[in-house]
Amino acid sequence: MTNLLLEWAIKTIVILIILVTAVAYVTLMERKVMAWIQMRVGPNRVGLFGFRLWGLMQPAADGLKMIFKEDIVPIQANRWLYIFAPALSLIPALMTFIVIPYGSEISLFGRTIELHVTRMNVGLLYVLALTSVGVYGIVLAGWSSNNKYSLMGGLRSSAQMISYELALGLSIVCVLLYSGSLDLVEIVNKQSVWLGHMGWNIFRFPLMFVFIIFYIASLAETNRTPFDLPEADSELVAGYHTEYSSMKFVMFQMAEYLNLITASSIATTLFFGGWNGPFVGRLPYLGPVYFVIKVLALIFLAMWIRYTVPRFRYDQLMRFGWKALVPAAIVNIIITSTVILFVA
Amino acid sequence: MEKALFIIVAVIAVASALNILIQRNPLYSALSLIGTLLSLSVLYLTLRAQFIAAIQIVVYAGAIMVLFVFVIMLLNVPKAQPEVEKQKGLRLLAIPFASVLIAEMFFVLRPIRVLTLPIPSGDPEQAVGTTWSIGTGLFSDYLLPFEVTSVLILMAVVGAMVLARREGD
Repeated sequence: MTNLLLEWAIKTIVILIILVTAVAYVTLMERKVMAWIQMRVGPNRVGLFGFRLWGLMQPAADGLKMIFKEDIVPIQANRWLYIFAPALSLIPALMTFIVIPYGSEISLFGRTIELHVTRMNVGLLYVLALTSVGVYGIVLAGWSSNNKYSLMGGLRSSAQMISYELALGLSIVCVLLYSGSLDLVEIVNKQSVWLGHMGWNIFRFPLMFVFIIFYIASLAETNRTPFDLPEADSELVAGYHTEYSSMKFVMFQMAEYLNLITASSIATTLFFGGWNGPFVGRLPYLGPVYFVIKVLALIFLAMWIRYTVPRFRYDQLMRFGWKALVPAAIVNIIITSTVILFVA
Repeated sequence: MEKALFIIVAVIAVASALNILIQRNPLYSALSLIGTLLSLSVLYLTLRAQFIAAIQIVVYAGAIMVLFVFVIMLLNVPKAQPEVEKQKGLRLLAIPFASVLIAEMFFVLRPIRVLTLPIPSGDPEQAVGTTWSIGTGLFSDYLLPFEVTSVLILMAVVGAMVLARREGD
């Protein structure tokens, strides 16, 4: 029991450190990808010991700069909720990752260690629950700032996330019909049986279309362009975090990039076979490598979309969510269950 | 350890439930209600009802309460609260209703002498409260109530659309 608790603690801390570092470097990746797409160079000055290293130390410099910024709480703001809101959006984003499997099993120091922090038989519902709780951070930030732009950003965000959660949940149902389990570990294991890496859900008939719905909905859930209306800078200054400065602002940014990483990890787990890949059965150490490669590819896709697609207008966004995505997801559930009933 | 968890979470649940009534600002009341719902979901977890715990957060804390908060923010409640309309008759009516509820609670709690948590036995996958057992239950033993409920919800949705529809739309 003590050993198990120690193992959990170590895994949690390692995941936490990796995630926070990953967030820092995803911001660098975002700036580099944006620069390449816009035919610029991007940050390339901050290095170590006089070497430029393509700006690899840029996140550290940014972090230091943000820590030393003045931390302002507006005098008319609701002080406690204003301080509480960034934490409320960051904590659920961090908590999601404990159910995502990033490898099969490896033996280390004579112990067999399963490469996921924990597994529960409602893993996927747990993820959805945390996503829906994360909305409060943004809503409360908007309200407590006592600023109409912030409030508009917060309200838009809550409406958008409730609407797209429906399409997200319905598209996940199709995956569940194939896997027969809400446990993410089980979902990944189911995808490794059929012809090795060709057993991924993305290669099954209706699920490739389901992935498109899922990906659009998860872009909206993570407030990425073309659905970044909560922080439309041309209309709302900065949206729900207009009044925030220093580390509180950084916490919102961290939550946003964590959500991006989590959404990409969930997409990898549900559709791209998780840690499955060639030779992973013989070399279990390859599992995390494949997982990271797939997640990075999906993150790159999200950035690619961000810098090439313009933003939706608010009514277009709502109409698209309710009149296109939700019906398409329902039709896909019917098709998937028909296919399973008559083919499988 | 489970008992300690139960006591901590139960105290939080009752405290935030009281806070719903005490707070004057409706937004704080709504936030306290979210706190109650979240701690109830932890209580479900200690009872091995994982599915109910997750659904509690997804549906109540996640969807319904966001709409509550949304409406409260849109209505933009003024800081100085006007006193709730005093209706003496209704107030007097509250006393018998509340005492009936309290009597009912004691009636339900009467057989319980010692507070113990149920100990789960058998295959954990098939225990009451997992997705598997609830799904099987809904589609076999409780099929008719389940379908009737879905028709009821459909009626509510259609009714809401009819009410929300503007003339000439």
